[in-house]
Amino acid sequence: MGTVLIDGVEVEIGDDERLNGIQAAQRADKEVPHYCWHPGLSVVASCRMCLVETGRRDKETGDISMVPKLVPACQTPATDGTVFITDSEKVRAARALVEEDLLIRHPIDCPICDKAGECHLQDYHFEHGREERRADLQPFTSRRRSLGDTVTLFVDRCVMCSRCVRFCRETAGTSELMVVNRGTHEEIDVFPGFPLDNKMSGNVVDLCPVGALGDKDFLYQQRVWFMKGHDHVCGGCSAGCSIRVDENQDRIYRIKPRENQQVNQWWICDEGRYDWHYIHDGNRVAGPQRQADDQAVEWEAILDDMDTDLRRQERIAAVLSPFQTVEEAYLLAQYVRSIDAEALLGVGPIPVSGEDESFAQNFTIRAEKCPNRKGVEHVVAGLQGELLNWEAFQEKLEADDSIQAIWVVGGAPLGSECFSDETGACLRRRRTLIVQELFPSPLWNSADYQLPTPAFAERAGSFVNCDHRLQSVDWAIRPPAGVYTDGQLYWRLLNRTGLFQADVVRRELAADIGYFTLAAEEIPLDGVCLTLNHLATESTMVDSA
Amino acid sequence: MQQDDPCIKWVEEPKLGTAGMMYLPMFIQGLTTTFRHMKKSLSGGAVTVSYPEEEPQIDNPLIYRGVHRLNKDDQGRVKCVACFLCATACPAHCIDIVGVESSWDDREKYPESFSIDELRCIYCGMCEEACPVDAIELTSLYNLTGRSREEMIFDKEKLLSVFDATHEAEPMKSKELGGTV
Repeated sequence: MGTVLIDGVEVEIGDDERLNGIQAAQRADKEVPHYCWHPGLSVVASCRMCLVETGRRDKETGDISMVPKLVPACQTPATDGTVFITDSEKVRAARALVEEDLLIRHPIDCPICDKAGECHLQDYHFEHGREERRADLQPFTSRRRSLGDTVTLFVDRCVMCSRCVRFCRETAGTSELMVVNRGTHEEIDVFPGFPLDNKMSGNVVDLCPVGALGDKDFLYQQRVWFMKGHDHVCGGCSAGCSIRVDENQDRIYRIKPRENQQVNQWWICDEGRYDWHYIHDGNRVAGPQRQADDQAVEWEAILDDMDTDLRRQERIAAVLSPFQTVEEAYLLAQYVRSIDAEALLGVGPIPVSGEDESFAQNFTIRAEKCPNRKGVEHVVAGLQGELLNWEAFQEKLEADDSIQAIWVVGGAPLGSECFSDETGACLRRRRTLIVQELFPSPLWNSADYQLPTPAFAERAGSFVNCDHRLQSVDWAIRPPAGVYTDGQLYWRLLNRTGLFQADVVRRELAADIGYFTLAAEEIPLDGVCLTLNHLATESTMVDSA
Repeated sequence: MQQDDPCIKWVEEPKLGTAGMMYLPMFIQGLTTTFRHMKKSLSGGAVTVSYPEEEPQIDNPLIYRGVHRLNKDDQGRVKCVACFLCATACPAHCIDIVGVESSWDDREKYPESFSIDELRCIYCGMCEEACPVDAIELTSLYNLTGRSREEMIFDKEKLLSVFDATHEAEPMKSKELGGTV
């Protein structure tokens, strides 16, 4: 254990911790402003915004000797006996100078800059800058140029922190971005013919502390202060990255990564960042339909019929979707099992595309393009004692003609339809086929009851990623009118009172299925790891890979 | 609300003086004001007018808060840069803007559509105050009528036409940007 003294406050740091001045000051609730330093990148100490006073305290005598010059806190390790002073007159004057220097050449175009409202330069200027500018500044616009398909560079807004350059070198590993020229002529640029096109390119926009890097997908779409951010989990692949969904009036405008050291550190891939537009696609299944009516009907008109139809059959089956949350999957299983205690449960097809792709710091884009395979598999295995994957389920179904009603949940986004004409042929021969889909698929078209299902941002509940980490989130946006979320629908079919509450279901689930035991408590933001429970319950799992 | 909340200032009702207790002096004091105004009105100083037969005089159109207009720059383009600051400042949420990238060199974006719900507007002038490029201004046009609610949602073309109709009588307000005040 070491003790660091920050503005007179003693802060304990662990023996194996390697903190710098900024991180140590955070422990004492002191914010040291910084542009170039980022916990996920190497240290360059170039912006000089984090200059602080430092020194050492002698262990025996307790005397403090200070270094005469200011040092960058990002580059100064906090070890036992280190002293930091972060708010002296000298430090404040240095910050004001840095701010003034940055603003000499920074265009005052905040009103049209997309970063305004979440800009470090703005924030720090209010907090640490001078009240008046000594330079004669006129509002002017910034030169802009495209760096690639995803990012636009506003050249004059850049403060040369070089975070983006370091990210491309260190994390993406592709090194497209570089600093050209010297001194006051320094600019970020790409080499001609080699645009920024790596699979994590969008992260440079998040890293940019000012408005120099603009996300083409989001540029000019919405001012940041109009949006509300909601913690969520990315539905793009089985990595289950922690994200923040920024929406305004139930319309998503952008998706940003949320720090989760257990899953995605600070990053997300471009697929996760940009592939959400299907949520607002006009071709989504907009409400319930019945094959017999050939037109949209009200939920009220269809729910009772569906329930009666299911109860009429001797045996029924349900296919749970790897796009559902575990709570939703569990509720559907509960529902079919309340009709037929021996109902057959299976897991729907797992969409796979390409291979896992790994980047530095263990960031991996998974080939399995669904967020909750592990969770749903454990719901099925836990309730049925045996895991049936899609192939095994179809085989079982072929062999058993007594099952005459099947409830199938899809939910694949546009372009990765799971149910083609060939798959699920055995499903169509049954008397009652209920299919929930996000976008119409061949199977959905031939279903007796054609129901909608929500997209990932509209779901509430828990997702279990490929490493058995369960993350619990609430919905970020409401589904379009006419679409019930799965939770609402099953809750209603089960005749439960009140509204669907994911955490109530999660507690029931934790009490019911051994794998989810640890999910009974409040789930922290970075989730809980269920690996131990997985190992304990592995005997019931049939490997479906 | 807590009784001992430091933000609450408790005030005692002032004690009635002798004049107040006698009632009549206060009564006369009040009536004096009434008669003073009556005398002023009867001698031709009335502020009310018989609208619509008679139009009211607007003393200073530059500070009057009537129908909005969208100013044009010297090349005839809309001055607005689609920064949304007016929409942000608007307490009635009556401004709706769609901003897109512009093809002009000196401008990063411009409003593809810009509409103000004149019925929802409370004519507070906050939009004018917030605008960093003096693109939105309130004119002295006050007799605003329409046959439907839809008609009263003014789009960009309509707001620009208000500028065409009023810019000669009411020049742009900011001095730096070619105005007179």
